[in-house]
Amino acid sequence: MRVMAQIAMVMNLDKCIGCHTCSVTCKQAWTNRRGMEYVWFNNVETRPGQGYPRRYEDQEKWRGGWELNRRGALRLKAGGRFRKLAGIFSNPRLPEIKDYYEPWTYDYRNLTDAPLGTDYPVARPVSQLDGKPMKIAWSSNWDDNLGGAPAYGDLDPVVERVRREASDKVRFAYEESFMFYLPRICEHCLNPSCVASCPSGAMYKRAEDGIVLVDQDRCRGWRMCVTGCPYKKVYFNHRTGKAEKCTFCYPRIEVGQPTVCSETCVGRLRYLGVLLYDADKVTAAAGTADERGLYEAQLDVFLDPEDPAVRRAAEAADIPYDWIEAARRSPVHALISRYRVALPLHPEYRTMPMVWYIPPLSPVVDALTETGHDGEDAGNLFGAIDTLRIPLEYLAELFAAGDTGPVRASLEKLAAMRAHMRAVNLGEETDPGVAGAVGMAPDEIEDMYRLLAIAKYEERYVIPTAAVGDAHRLEASALPDTCAVDGDGPFGQDSGRRRLPLVPVENFHILRRRQTADEPSDREV
Amino acid sequence: MTVFLWAVLPYAAFVSLVAGLVWRHRYDRFGWTTRSSQVYESRLLNIASPVFHYGILFVLAGHLIGLFVPESWTDAIGVHERAYHLFSLYGGTLAGALAVLGIGALVYRRRTNAPVFRATTANDKFMYVFLVGAILLGMAAKLAHSTGTGYDYRHSLAPWARSLFRLSPETGLMADVPALYQAHAVVGMLLIALVPYTRLVHMFSAPVQYLVRPYVVYRSRDPERLGPRPDRPGWERAEVRQPGGGR
Repeated sequence: MRVMAQIAMVMNLDKCIGCHTCSVTCKQAWTNRRGMEYVWFNNVETRPGQGYPRRYEDQEKWRGGWELNRRGALRLKAGGRFRKLAGIFSNPRLPEIKDYYEPWTYDYRNLTDAPLGTDYPVARPVSQLDGKPMKIAWSSNWDDNLGGAPAYGDLDPVVERVRREASDKVRFAYEESFMFYLPRICEHCLNPSCVASCPSGAMYKRAEDGIVLVDQDRCRGWRMCVTGCPYKKVYFNHRTGKAEKCTFCYPRIEVGQPTVCSETCVGRLRYLGVLLYDADKVTAAAGTADERGLYEAQLDVFLDPEDPAVRRAAEAADIPYDWIEAARRSPVHALISRYRVALPLHPEYRTMPMVWYIPPLSPVVDALTETGHDGEDAGNLFGAIDTLRIPLEYLAELFAAGDTGPVRASLEKLAAMRAHMRAVNLGEETDPGVAGAVGMAPDEIEDMYRLLAIAKYEERYVIPTAAVGDAHRLEASALPDTCAVDGDGPFGQDSGRRRLPLVPVENFHILRRRQTADEPSDREV
Repeated sequence: MTVFLWAVLPYAAFVSLVAGLVWRHRYDRFGWTTRSSQVYESRLLNIASPVFHYGILFVLAGHLIGLFVPESWTDAIGVHERAYHLFSLYGGTLAGALAVLGIGALVYRRRTNAPVFRATTANDKFMYVFLVGAILLGMAAKLAHSTGTGYDYRHSLAPWARSLFRLSPETGLMADVPALYQAHAVVGMLLIALVPYTRLVHMFSAPVQYLVRPYVVYRSRDPERLGPRPDRPGWERAEVRQPGGGR
């Protein structure tokens, strides 16, 4: 057992109202620069929809993630090492900017500088790629709220897959349509295919917290990571010629603050915390033969921080004490492993993603109530899950490689929670059978309710800091290690570049004046 | 003039190459990239870029063989002048044609595709002049002297190039070399001198280590920024250690 720690995220999709605050604040913090105009480290997609970039989930086209070769071993879907190097002079699977969208600004100056005339001056859209006027035809969120779904809806790769398996489940007729929002950031995978694709070795997974980063000084712009990531969450900065990606706001995480997207989330749907996992098991788990077994396999990789053996092993692996303690209080661990309501996004890509989602249940309650049934009665709810407005099959394609089992189990727990908590809130006698039906104890259900419904800031974001134990050393590092005027240089005493004592410019001029002045009074200045 | 072109310039170019690479590695690692424009346009690039790069790599191999394999070696393995010339002519011309076609298509793409042209810096344009110039002059020199046994550079250019590495440049060897070859050599040397200061520097980051490194790279936080925290004293640890169980 080789214990490693990872900062992970869970998003509760029931609460997402699609306000895009996370996207906007992330953009302002990280990608509000030239070369990154088209980049959204955090984006919110309406599902069904093509996503951003368009149809990124079509891995037959983009070749992201891993697959199993004939011997059952993992290999990069875009080709192995030799193939990558032989084809390094171009990358045929690279999305162009126009697959995301062509970034634009507006000719605002025309509003004030236009000559006097009978027409009202307008600010025309101008492409940020070639500086010419353009027609806006797509953006990061063109199909927001099912915009254009009758025309574009069929292009959603997940819709295509669901149709293949359950043809009548997805319709775009107005009265039969459904939608929900899917906020996406980098998954900071345990088995990251972007890192594996990088020929330069510039991408890495941080050993302390599992955050996947790009070393900007080592990136040489080969663009293989963009193809390698099946979520298309590594982007190419077209001005600097380097890859950039979501950093999980590591400067904030290091000092114990949540990411910008979490901090500013209006619906408070994001949870951040530490997960302990066994790094020795990752490759085997990612190589599980059956795609539908990948969810369970990933759960097996996670370790229980309450287990004394795990804690001993974690300490032996130099994981700090407060990280182990944080793992015990981790809301992410609770939602993923204890309650098992959160599910990974596209486990079939075999990257072992670490941003998980609680599937949305909401519309079912309203739908039941409208038909005259008791929308929060457990029996009604359980029965209705199979006829959800959002087809179970669609959610299963997103979160469980097409297996409806885990999705139904998760939704049933959420339904049981509603029924149980209604009884509690109305002062009725609670029926232990409701909780029992989903394999939970009533007090467990109440704990889960607390975490999902009323958890405060400190409970949603349990982030151990990286620096606190080290404050003294950081303070000392501001001073030079040795005295500035003695010591040995590379070629003997005082050789090499010396750190000179600081002489402020003012002092320098006063000294010079004093030494060169003719009159004593001038020297006093 | 002879001394300047054939003794000073080569060493100056070499010094510029090495010193420039060291300088760039120390002060501009961030700018050291291919500066790919593929996200703007990839259809033409997907064809032209591999054609050019493979062509230019074959050209490079041809130059290395031509300049640094002496005639005595090829004679020793039974390859005689006529066969060598034909090999050099057809192989070199094929590689050169690939490079010319590729660079032609790439320059065409760079000029006609608006976003690509807008991302082209003055530095790039300056570099393209020397790159295209060197390739075209080389091709012209090769084809202009292709009849019969062709121009036998193995008795003039090649020994001169080798003499540079022995630090005793024999500038006299270059006196009677045809003008096209001379021009090609001068532009080529200037191009070598320019490499560290242009985007061509990416040729020195060919990622061969990718073949042997593990797929997933782990790295620790930069200890200069945030170091490892000090060990907790034993009485504050999470669990009592097993007797005999060391770290």
